[in-house]
Amino acid sequence: MILDSKIPDGPIEKKWDNHRFHMKLVNPANKRKYHVIVVGTGLAGASAAASLAELGYQVTTLSYHESPRRAHSIAAQGGINAPKNYPNDGDSVFRLFYDTVKGGDYRSREANVYRLAQVSGAIIDQCVAQGVPFAREYGGMLDNRSFGGAQVSRTFYARGQTGQQLLLGAYSALIRQMGTGAVRFFERREMLDLVVVEGRARGVVARNLTTGTLESFLGDAVLLATGGYSNAFFLSTNAMMCNATATWRAHKRGALFANPCFTQIHPTCIPVSSGHQSKLTLMSESLRNDGRIWVPKKKGDDRAPNSIPEDERDYYLERLYPSFGNLVPRDVASRRAKEMCDKGHGVGSTRLAVYLDFADTIERHGKAWVEEKYGNLFDMYKQITGEDGYGTPMRIYPAVHYTMGGLWVDYNLMSTIPGLFVLGEANFSDHGANRLGASALMQGLADGYFIIPYTIGDYLASTSFPKIEESHPAVQKAEAGIAALTQKLMDVQGSTPVDVLHKELGKILWEHCGMTRNKAGLEEALKLIPALRERFWKDVKITGTPDGFNQELEKAHRVVDFLELGELMVRDALHRNESCGGHFREESQTPEGEAKRNDAKFSYVAAWEYAGTGAKPKLHKEPLAFEYVKPSQRSYK
Amino acid sequence: MSGTMTISLKVWRQRDSDSEGRFVDYVLSDVSPDMSFLEMLDLLNLELVRKGDDAIAFDHDCREGICGTCSLYINGRAHGPLKGVTACQLHMRTFHDGESITVEPWRAKPFPIIKDLVVDRSAFDRIMAAGGFVSVHTGGAPDANTILIAKETAEEAMDAAACIGCGACVAACKNGSAMLFVAAKVSQLALLPQGQAERKARVEAMLAQMDAEGFGACSNTYACEAECPKQISVSHIARLNREYLRAKLA
Repeated sequence: MILDSKIPDGPIEKKWDNHRFHMKLVNPANKRKYHVIVVGTGLAGASAAASLAELGYQVTTLSYHESPRRAHSIAAQGGINAPKNYPNDGDSVFRLFYDTVKGGDYRSREANVYRLAQVSGAIIDQCVAQGVPFAREYGGMLDNRSFGGAQVSRTFYARGQTGQQLLLGAYSALIRQMGTGAVRFFERREMLDLVVVEGRARGVVARNLTTGTLESFLGDAVLLATGGYSNAFFLSTNAMMCNATATWRAHKRGALFANPCFTQIHPTCIPVSSGHQSKLTLMSESLRNDGRIWVPKKKGDDRAPNSIPEDERDYYLERLYPSFGNLVPRDVASRRAKEMCDKGHGVGSTRLAVYLDFADTIERHGKAWVEEKYGNLFDMYKQITGEDGYGTPMRIYPAVHYTMGGLWVDYNLMSTIPGLFVLGEANFSDHGANRLGASALMQGLADGYFIIPYTIGDYLASTSFPKIEESHPAVQKAEAGIAALTQKLMDVQGSTPVDVLHKELGKILWEHCGMTRNKAGLEEALKLIPALRERFWKDVKITGTPDGFNQELEKAHRVVDFLELGELMVRDALHRNESCGGHFREESQTPEGEAKRNDAKFSYVAAWEYAGTGAKPKLHKEPLAFEYVKPSQRSYK
Repeated sequence: MSGTMTISLKVWRQRDSDSEGRFVDYVLSDVSPDMSFLEMLDLLNLELVRKGDDAIAFDHDCREGICGTCSLYINGRAHGPLKGVTACQLHMRTFHDGESITVEPWRAKPFPIIKDLVVDRSAFDRIMAAGGFVSVHTGGAPDANTILIAKETAEEAMDAAACIGCGACVAACKNGSAMLFVAAKVSQLALLPQGQAERKARVEAMLAQMDAEGFGACSNTYACEAECPKQISVSHIARLNREYLRAKLA
């Protein structure tokens, strides 16, 4: 298999325009003849489904939620980037492109990132037109704030609920199309297999989570906008239902999985308190704009934070990175926090936390100013910890948050299975080895509003589709396969609930494939995961019945896939013997402890081909070329 | 961190929408005060599954108070005893050792029970589909700063837009009214310049759909505001009423 990224020719600023002109169009009257299946209703899925329906395509949308508005995009807090240059601080499309390629540690595709930067301004216009209440200045203009990895203010926000407001905007566009019947929405349906007919993606098999019935949804193309796989770690900032089942089962049908070891650990989360914890809570990194991060200089210092004098505090990010200070990218901030704790400077009862201090800002601007900007985050901190972040510094620690890896897609967002498009966090395309803050919302909406509406037309117009029905052998076989898998799960009748096994997988991944990785640890994980998988299949206990609402069964299907994907994450991390972005191999670091890339050997996308559960997958490489942003040692000093 | 607690639970169990439901009693020990309410239910479910019993079904997802999925009626209050939080943000430190806690689903005719504590809130989506949007197509929107919006107006619109669509307002209302939910969207879009073109049609269509779904009338008890996890003000209902009057008279 040769991976063809289909990057258009020409200078980078012309590629997308040229490509749009050269792509085939579907005549307006013919659009209604095509049927597109969209899985997922987050930013990418909702914006895609709405935009395609507006164009005239028939659209069917599925979600495992009860309503499109519940998708996890809703939890994004901080903001969305666009190089509008409203603050007149030197921003441009090229600068956003440059920052994103550099922030991704030179492991993303230049052409994709440039296009993302190019369309990002139109996203803000679109959202404002929908009635998204972004923050404003007194004169009525839109306000911007700064985010990690950038020296300009280009982040648009709606209090600490930007994801919610953008998702509700996309939801409103989607629901308008649902109201007219242009989009048919099926709630509480979880995709469990991809239907591939004559080499093309033609539909999905889904379980109706209310009745337990398997249903097939067939069409001419399938869009997966099903998010990332952070929940492989069990504890992450993702919502409880976030899972990799749609992408993993597409992978098993032939879609290559790219860079699975590129996972992002977010620096500003509320620390784990004990073993009963079901998830972790992130506080927007916008807090790093005005909060200062520090640890006591003295190891094991037990004093209350406010009684530690200024000269006994180590504001280590400001010390190590004078020009970016507390606004270094996420991977750097996370790793340094771990390093401080590992060295014995951690705070709180578990010693796995650092301080995030607002005292200086409160003194400079007043408490009301901080409340207006970050009030909901301080409230959230108080609800969870029972402590007041205004009076004493908050305790924070990194947590798994986002996955840059995902299904491999070409420039048109099409996977290695023709007709299967992958959008948003589910694909691998734009963030390289580390995503910058406020870029996930940007990418999800770029893919859905401004990229897929063009690229899907080219595919549909240049392909002929034999009619298929549910009676087609490929559909019947896929349904029978899922029915058998479900029965197999129910039949185990062991003694351990799904969550317990999932937590064990999470521990293995966090310990051996988390913030830092090394050869010995990864090799150990490659023994532990298959053993755990074997135990799962001997000992999992699922109660209830398969023919009805059964959340234990839902979780079991997801964990089956995490147990396979987890192994691939480890394999990928082991093969990539370099450090880049969120992937930090202890063997490969600079004397200052920064990630050390090996461009000569690893300047490529690692795309893995499935070869059977437990079998060694086949590695395909897409070489990366950097014509516009010359790779250098990332420096935020 | 204090020691663990033992609590008694009375949980509504119902096999499916056609079956009759009933309260089932459970006693749960080793509950940590730092657990969230939903983590306490997770713990109970682990026990049930280990014993071979069907786990208690409840809707939940983000567990940080923003997705609006969780929907528990705890000791007779939507989302439990605290103000301004969802059930997933409620921690067991709010309760005391030995306390008896009753857990029910949202109770409202337009929210039929699917199983145990899970209800069907698709009526909310149908109300939104009737008019809870600005009719703009993707592409072609003018530059975002073309229309100025006063900061105070944007902030007030944001107050309304903070609604998470959980349905606590309906569950808390003795009439099962959805006025606060509808008002939040109508008010947000009535305040913003982008919402003006469809202002009249929107309020009429959304209210008509609300009635068609079988939600009750508003009798100004303000239970909705008191129980709203996002503390959305009933002043938005006042604006909704003005919008409706304006649409009818204009």
